[in-house]
Amino acid sequence: MALDRKVAYIDLSKGEIEIRPIPLEVRKKFLGGRGLDAYLLYNHTKKGCNPLGPGNALMVSGGILCGTCASATSRTHVMAKSPLTNLIGSTNMGGFFSPEMAWAGFHHLVIKGKAKKPCYLWIHNGEIEIRDADNLWGKSVTETQWAIREELGDEDIKSLVIGPAGENLVRFANVMTGIKNAGGRTGMGCVMGSKNLKAIAARGTMDIKIAHPVEALEYNKRFIDQITSSKVNQTMGTLGTPFIWGATNTWGGVRTRNFQHNQCEYADDIEPERLDEIATETMGEHHMTGCFACQVHCRAQYKIPSGPFAGTYDEGPEYTTQCAFGAQPDTKNAVTVLTGNHLVNQYGMDCLETGSLISWAMELYEKGILTSKETDGMDLRFGNDEALLEMVERICYRKGFLGDTLADGGILAAEKIGKDSFEYLVQVKGMSNLNSDERATPALALNVATASRGSDHLRSRPAIDLYHLPEEVLRKIYSNPVPYDGPLTSEHTDYEGKPWQVFWQETCFMGVDSLGICKYHTTFLGPTLPNFEDWSRVLYYNTGLELTPEEIWTIAERCNNMERLFNLREGLIRDDLVKGDMLCHRYFDEPCTRGAPDVIGMTIDKEKFKKMLDEFYEHHGWDKNGVPLPKTLKRLDIEKEPSHLL
Amino acid sequence: MEKMLMIDYQKCTGCRLCELVCSVMHEGVSNPARSRIKVMKWESEGLYIPMSCQQCEDAPCMNVCPVKAISRDKDYGFLYVDYDVCIGCRSCVAVCPFGAMNYNDVDKKVFKCDLCGGQPQCVRFCDVKAVDFVDAGRLSFGKKKDAAQRLSAAQREAAALQASL
Repeated sequence: MALDRKVAYIDLSKGEIEIRPIPLEVRKKFLGGRGLDAYLLYNHTKKGCNPLGPGNALMVSGGILCGTCASATSRTHVMAKSPLTNLIGSTNMGGFFSPEMAWAGFHHLVIKGKAKKPCYLWIHNGEIEIRDADNLWGKSVTETQWAIREELGDEDIKSLVIGPAGENLVRFANVMTGIKNAGGRTGMGCVMGSKNLKAIAARGTMDIKIAHPVEALEYNKRFIDQITSSKVNQTMGTLGTPFIWGATNTWGGVRTRNFQHNQCEYADDIEPERLDEIATETMGEHHMTGCFACQVHCRAQYKIPSGPFAGTYDEGPEYTTQCAFGAQPDTKNAVTVLTGNHLVNQYGMDCLETGSLISWAMELYEKGILTSKETDGMDLRFGNDEALLEMVERICYRKGFLGDTLADGGILAAEKIGKDSFEYLVQVKGMSNLNSDERATPALALNVATASRGSDHLRSRPAIDLYHLPEEVLRKIYSNPVPYDGPLTSEHTDYEGKPWQVFWQETCFMGVDSLGICKYHTTFLGPTLPNFEDWSRVLYYNTGLELTPEEIWTIAERCNNMERLFNLREGLIRDDLVKGDMLCHRYFDEPCTRGAPDVIGMTIDKEKFKKMLDEFYEHHGWDKNGVPLPKTLKRLDIEKEPSHLL
Repeated sequence: MEKMLMIDYQKCTGCRLCELVCSVMHEGVSNPARSRIKVMKWESEGLYIPMSCQQCEDAPCMNVCPVKAISRDKDYGFLYVDYDVCIGCRSCVAVCPFGAMNYNDVDKKVFKCDLCGGQPQCVRFCDVKAVDFVDAGRLSFGKKKDAAQRLSAAQREAAALQASL
């Protein structure tokens, strides 16, 4: 059964491993994956702990459905206190790792302490071993994975690894698996590096008993039909996330030149169709690949067509990579995007943070705040492809003043660079904003401001707000499984009803992340995709656990409140520019310069934004400062945390 | 009419849903180690090839079996193992040229694809049709059509080239 998968506590300082079952009462309160990780993080770290010290705890998990016959249960979640934000660090990635860990007997790992020298974990059919990783240290993301397979003599081993960026404690280093499945954002790879933990390798052949196999199979088929019949997923399966870039840029929602423009002009070479052409030329007609058991297959395969890496195989790029190495630095060159993608994949470094910080530095260079003295002679102007790619390497290896400075993330870098560099930094809670522009979409702006892990679209973005769906359709989606009769509007430039949509999405995404399924399989980009009602059934058929859609909603709320409690404990303050639910001033002060008529000239109205924030807190049952009210904690049965159930 | 499993590896996305549904269908568990079909991967080249039983006409597994435990289904033509007869000597595993006869070290039994008794689940779930179930007489049809299309395109290109001279 999925429910008999275990949790392992690994103390790298002492070299001790303890394996325990996960009690059913804990599953019923937090499911698994991100939800249970949030509980474990709050319970296994002390207030104010150093994110790079042995006191930080690193959680690695699959969702409660991980490895079962529900659709696309491939997601791996990693959580710890973030060295980038000093708040919650969390990342969710696809690929094949967590199902393999589930077949090896585990759903959750809690890794504490710090190893004396480089090591890796070997998880195999109920057993865990700490092994020497001296020969792996310094290796790239894929080199590490292939070396582990060779050492242990099994090609089917799946590993979660860090590359050189994690070893060098770049504060936004990724954990990676496969060619490009990236656990990006918040620097979980940096935490692994700080613990001298190079990799976690898993291989398992243990049965996961399906509670009702016939029904599980049939429901999975229904799920897949529903998912693959949606237009958005069909397009995703052809062009990948770059298709979103094409539409968004045309409309005027792509950050360009840091935050100076909201559209990248004359960018034909990085349009999704052009990237698809390169993939087809280098990998053939069938060049899309997917994560475990998923039929969306949203990831392209390609070979770099020219330049110093010509002929090199990689996967992607995603929307974010197009922005990071194309639109943001205004390079607009497909080969640069594909090469940049390859570099961050091999270094194990967050493409978004890397591209954003370099573009920020480019703006500072343009404004004279940075000079060739700080760049060690590099001409760091916008549109300089070579400088961009050179900076990626400098950050990874902390080379020169700027490489070393940017490797610490925007907040510390702004302190070091000084002058008014902070004014140009586009971040929330210390993490760079997604490369989309939310000045024309208050709902999306509220989403990035309030996302628990810092500025982010994958925590609560009501992306369907842009589709101008009829109000009755919106109402059908947003008043299930809990009733809502407040305002809802199809107008994306409006402020009315948006806090509820963000709150709903936040709860929905926590549900998905705790179940362990992909967001493309729920109400995110497509309005017709499954959510709470379907999860209730799929959970029952696969695990035998009976939870109503309303109960799953409440669990997701509880888990979101655990994250909130952690952030508050670590110093979150509502309006704080560095540690709060607040956007940087550019959203309020600088109007959009380009794009469609409903975008051009737009800014976020600060007063209306603050009102949205109040309302958002009210939906949560939080006070004006965003602190959960005692009655909310009582309702969710988390009044006495840490409660150490696990 | 007899149908056969046809694998077009170029279409395979490498997701391994076939392995999952195969083990759930046959054993009621999720466990690729118990799947009859397995996707072989060369990840650093992006190459994925699903491998399963070819249901050979002159089947080495059937021929080598010392106790005649392997026979052919009359309706669907697949080869199956009679576990009441099988002695678990694994000669069939050793002789299969495709590695399609598997051995399960939990139950200590050999196992192979039985086309799910005529409704293969791997085919039903594979949205890109990398694994398909086609009439035996039509096995080469798709390839023929693809080749014809390539020929026709080449001819059109040649004609255009000639016209431009």
